[in-house]
Amino acid sequence: MSVLEISGVNKTFGGLKALDDVNLQIEEKTVHAVIGPNGAGKSTLLNAVIGKLIPDTGTIMFMNQNMIGLKPHQINQLGISRVFQTPEIFADLSLMENMMIPLLAHRDGEFKLAAWKRSDMDSEIQDKAAHFLEDVNMLEKAGLHAGSMSRGDKRRLELAMCLSQDPKLLLLDEPTAGMARADTNNTIDLLLKIKSRGMTKVIIEHDMHVVFSLADKVSVMAQGHVIVEGSPDEIKGDPRVREAYLGGAEV
Amino acid sequence: MDAILLQILNGLDKGGAYALIALGLTLIFGTLGVVNFAHGALFMLGAFVAVSVREVLTISTKVKDESVTFFEAFKEIPYLELWLGDTGKAIIDWSVPISILIALPVMLLIGLVMERGLIRHFYRRAHADQILVTFGLAIVVQEIIKAIYGANPIPQPAPEMFSGTFNIGALFGLGDNIVYPKWRIVYLFFALGIIGAVFAFLQFTTFGMVVRAGMADRQTVQLLGINITKRFSIVFGLAAVVAGMAGLMYTPILSPNYHMGMDFLVLSFVVVVVGGMGSLPGAVAAGFLLGILQSFASMNEVKQIIPGIDQVIIYLVAMIVLLVRPRGLMGRKGVMED
Amino acid sequence: MHIEKFTPKSDIMMVLIFSAVILLMPIWLQPLGAAYPDLMQRFAIFGLFAIGFNILFGQTGYLSFGHAAFIGVGSYTTVWIFKLFTLNIIPAMIAGVVLSGIFALVIGFICLRRTGIYFSILTLALAQMSYNLAYSVLTPITMGETGLQVEASDPRAWEAPLAEGEVPRTHLFGLEMTDLGGLAGFYICAAFLILGFYVALRITRSPFGSMLRGIKTNNTRMAYTGLNARPYALAAFVISGMYAGLAGSLMAAMDPLAGAERMQWTASGEVVLMTILGGVGTLVGPVIGAASIKYFENIFSAIDGAVLSSALDFLPEAVLNVIVPVLSLFVGKGWHLTLGLVFMLVVIFLPGGIMEGYRRIKARFSKADAE
Repeated sequence: MSVLEISGVNKTFGGLKALDDVNLQIEEKTVHAVIGPNGAGKSTLLNAVIGKLIPDTGTIMFMNQNMIGLKPHQINQLGISRVFQTPEIFADLSLMENMMIPLLAHRDGEFKLAAWKRSDMDSEIQDKAAHFLEDVNMLEKAGLHAGSMSRGDKRRLELAMCLSQDPKLLLLDEPTAGMARADTNNTIDLLLKIKSRGMTKVIIEHDMHVVFSLADKVSVMAQGHVIVEGSPDEIKGDPRVREAYLGGAEV
Repeated sequence: MDAILLQILNGLDKGGAYALIALGLTLIFGTLGVVNFAHGALFMLGAFVAVSVREVLTISTKVKDESVTFFEAFKEIPYLELWLGDTGKAIIDWSVPISILIALPVMLLIGLVMERGLIRHFYRRAHADQILVTFGLAIVVQEIIKAIYGANPIPQPAPEMFSGTFNIGALFGLGDNIVYPKWRIVYLFFALGIIGAVFAFLQFTTFGMVVRAGMADRQTVQLLGINITKRFSIVFGLAAVVAGMAGLMYTPILSPNYHMGMDFLVLSFVVVVVGGMGSLPGAVAAGFLLGILQSFASMNEVKQIIPGIDQVIIYLVAMIVLLVRPRGLMGRKGVMED
Repeated sequence: MHIEKFTPKSDIMMVLIFSAVILLMPIWLQPLGAAYPDLMQRFAIFGLFAIGFNILFGQTGYLSFGHAAFIGVGSYTTVWIFKLFTLNIIPAMIAGVVLSGIFALVIGFICLRRTGIYFSILTLALAQMSYNLAYSVLTPITMGETGLQVEASDPRAWEAPLAEGEVPRTHLFGLEMTDLGGLAGFYICAAFLILGFYVALRITRSPFGSMLRGIKTNNTRMAYTGLNARPYALAAFVISGMYAGLAGSLMAAMDPLAGAERMQWTASGEVVLMTILGGVGTLVGPVIGAASIKYFENIFSAIDGAVLSSALDFLPEAVLNVIVPVLSLFVGKGWHLTLGLVFMLVVIFLPGGIMEGYRRIKARFSKADAE
């Protein structure tokens, strides 16, 4: 059964077609990679899924519910979390508080006026926050300012924040972009570790090494259009992919 | 009909002042990315250049008053009059326009000093910090002026030639009811002239082209290797000159006082927001529009229907515009929205 | 950098110390020459105003330039209850706080449709509009320039009316504000300040507080984390509006009159200044900022040329003739100049205010200890 069904989605920015009749089905409990050259429309597609922008035409169905017109926070509440290309974290807050906010959002919904309770006495939230920080090996840094950490750490924190919400669909936008090789390998290990968990994942990635070690299925986008779809092995040999990448040294 | 024409005219000179301040504010937003709460202070400083120039021109001495014959009487006569006779009198009479010559370099210098000394340190800081530091500066400037010139307004007469009223109605054959102070007409044309000059400067000079490109897309221009920041300190000076001129020429209409800057600043910000942050034509259009609306709202006929509307019309319009058209009348997407 | 950790225990200690410092003000302010009930009342009232403002500006990151409007609503409402019902401050203050909360709900609903500097300008516009209205159309309610006062002709349904020429005395169930040499009034203000401080502390430590800080530091992440930022920001706006209303109510309770000048946007600017000077986003910072500004205002405003000359008369005449005029620019009526300068210096060099200065000094000392 498909968790996410994108059909006939179009988006034009001032004459430029960013998404051109995109059709994509994401199957439950798979890791689905979306690859393609820069400007192919991958991030735009993710933006459409999370409600950051509204497509001109087309439908996006999540668990058989149409999501067009829903606000970003409503879409998240349905069970979609996204890790951004540039980590979106709460830079002025401690790691612990960074973890508490998504956990509270997951438990209490989009708005709850809990102004008299002490967060540090909320053992359920505290325990879970510690658990998910441990998950990404950052528990010992729980009291640090999130903004003072390295880029790799920020990304791991953001991943932990998303995982803590137990999303049905996790969107990862170039989780290894701008990382050194060692960091990339750490991230791959981490992603492999969470691969076994039930949630469905969509991953946008440039690094083919990452794609082929993680993905069950690969879609290739070029000029706002999905051009090829298949298993990693099928994609490897496909001449159209090579063409899309203009010689495609990486492939 | 006559009344309506008169109200439009009444609104135009105030609108001109709003437009000139808003124009400078928008230039500074657009190029430097700075929210300048001290812009009203520049308007006020311009006005006080006029005050100072007049004070210097009218430095006087005591001479014997010959017209009084039955005892020895003295009267004060400005040196200028004593030395140059009627020419001196004329110079004093024209003190407001003459002070433009002084205000040009003075305002430019103040603008450059302000930008180099303070504003440039705030390019990378949050907008809230920019607001706060320029707000602090505005208070300081205002208080210094208050300490020097006192708290009372200091009236500045227009040149004899332009004082008094002018029968516009007769000009258009609309009856004799439309009489209008001459200086306000002068101010309107002056404002239009400055606005025209600024637009021409931006349109037809290389420098102006860079400024416009920078306003449209700061990053790209920087990528082209053009040092915007340095060039744009001149823009700040220019904006200061425009605000100063607006204040200077406004003195015969509104006697300068130390808080006129703050009064105009609040309204000018509203004008900028209504016009659309980052849009120069928007700032000008909204300036005149709100000026006219305000003068309509102060008509007795209107006030009888909605009491107090003259006090709130500008704010009300601003609220409605922001709620209905969040980017203002002519605003572009993504300006100051982070 | 490690973030300080607070426990319920350390928080109780903080409230206790805070209370002790506030309640003992009549004693420890003696040597500073500031132990007048009237001045200490102002410390407490503006401290409350700044604490509330900080919930919106410091925690949520919304810079309002219109909070003085709520001071006005609180003041006017309170005086009206004095006029119509009773000079007991409790009903009047409840009414003041509730009405300013409702007013804040309406204004916040409109202004929070935009963020950043658009929000600031909207609040500025709305507050300026309220100010203009108070001076014009609303004159029957506000008494315009004269200000609203308690008069002998007032109905006062719950109490005997004033005799002709009698001075109205506000009271708390019989305890008059001027009792105990004016200290009664101060202790009532102090009690509200401590209560206000405790409430702000609880908000800061609550999940709601985390949400407000989340909005300030990354609003994008809030939305993609499933949180609807607007009701959170609106709640913060209303709470801070109610604090301002309470401050306005207290002003009227201490001295039963209300005037529109309290609503001017420069008055809104003053609370921004207090918060910044003390330390944005900290709990005690705004109180320290408010008290410092009111303290120095009191001192500086009282100094004039004559005082300066006599204080500096050890200097030679020639020096005196230069220094006195220069210094008198900054004192007396020129106090605002000093204030503006201090404000600029703080924003430029010490954006975290007095609290940051304190942390820096502490860090330097502990470093010196470690070496």
